[in-house]
Amino acid sequence: MKKKNSALAVFLQPIWSENPINIQMLGICSALAVTVQLKTAFVMALSMTFVLSCSSFIISLLRKQIPKNIRIIVELSVISTFVILTDEFLRAFLYDISKQLSVFVGLIITNCIVMGRAESFALSNPPHLSFIDGLGNGAGYGSVLILVAFLRELLGAGKLFGIQVVPDFVYSSGYENSGFMLLAPAAFIIIGMLVWLQKVLTKGK
Amino acid sequence: MPGDLISIFLNSVFAGNILLAYFLGMCSFVAVSKNINTAIGLGFAVIFVLSVTTPLNWLIYHYLLAPGALLWLGFPNLDLSFLKFIMFIAVIAAMVQAIEMVIDRFSAALYAGLGVFLPLIAVNCAILGVSLFMVERNYTFLESLIYGFGSGLGWMMAIISMAAIRIKLKYANPPYGLEGYGLTMIVTGLMAMAFMLFSGMTV
Repeated sequence: MKKKNSALAVFLQPIWSENPINIQMLGICSALAVTVQLKTAFVMALSMTFVLSCSSFIISLLRKQIPKNIRIIVELSVISTFVILTDEFLRAFLYDISKQLSVFVGLIITNCIVMGRAESFALSNPPHLSFIDGLGNGAGYGSVLILVAFLRELLGAGKLFGIQVVPDFVYSSGYENSGFMLLAPAAFIIIGMLVWLQKVLTKGK
Repeated sequence: MPGDLISIFLNSVFAGNILLAYFLGMCSFVAVSKNINTAIGLGFAVIFVLSVTTPLNWLIYHYLLAPGALLWLGFPNLDLSFLKFIMFIAVIAAMVQAIEMVIDRFSAALYAGLGVFLPLIAVNCAILGVSLFMVERNYTFLESLIYGFGSGLGWMMAIISMAAIRIKLKYANPPYGLEGYGLTMIVTGLMAMAFMLFSGMTV
């Protein structure tokens, strides 16, 4: 936004320096509940990226046609169309995961990132850049999601993608899984720590 | 039956708190919890909108969208439940607009207090989330009414306590980078732990 909108910058900015979750504080709503396991977090990140990039693309195509005062409802219907597509796809091909994600796929509609990008980027930029912006934001969102899920599944269940990674001799020497990591409060605390970490790392830049 | 209703209510306020256990409505929670008066205003607006839209969406789902719901129109095999996302969000947006107009017309004082928050609520994930959970958990009409109200109350309790805590946090001196957002998330985590202690409570 501050610099020139080259495609690469548009893609990279949201992954680190403008990360939607850690810096812009958007989209936390649906982010945390799916992070108990890596698998669900991964599918959620992919769905989010798909919805975000496609809806940004379409909204950007329509940006000159959409009347200003009804733009919110137009944006919402474009977004919900893609969310319905995603939901039907998951239910047809990944039924187990779609059961675990339950309402959270639907909640992509009200995810602040999607609306936020549509309002602040897609409405004022050409389609291909909006698509890339959607991809970048999806990747930024997804990387935080996957990082949180990685920590929670590893520390809470000793597994990654459902496969046990903490070897048995560690358990027999007295190590125990921390059940706390599987509960909701842990997600809040991990996100808080990540925000802290990123702020310290980018200090003075 | 009354016992069921009471436990749905208690669960939606405490152990199944829509914010602290399901992370819904975080965006406005972080943005608005800086000031206790606005937190109270937004809290009441959320309770109000939830208690209206959840039963309304129940009616729409069970008489228009659910598999076989269009029996009364002569289409017993029609399943429109995939339309629920778009339908619910339209109902919520329309209801929020309607409520805003009604309040504006009849009570200037209430409008001054609540009016500014209503547009924010249309995109609050908690509202859509509650409607979707209501479908997911097969609640009856009465249960969905209680669930909507209880969730709103739980959300309001969480945001008001957060606003109160953040006033105290202003005088704290956290390490670099933790102030503001990071600290808010960690404190929310601690609050969520406290609310979790209510789980398993039955009537």
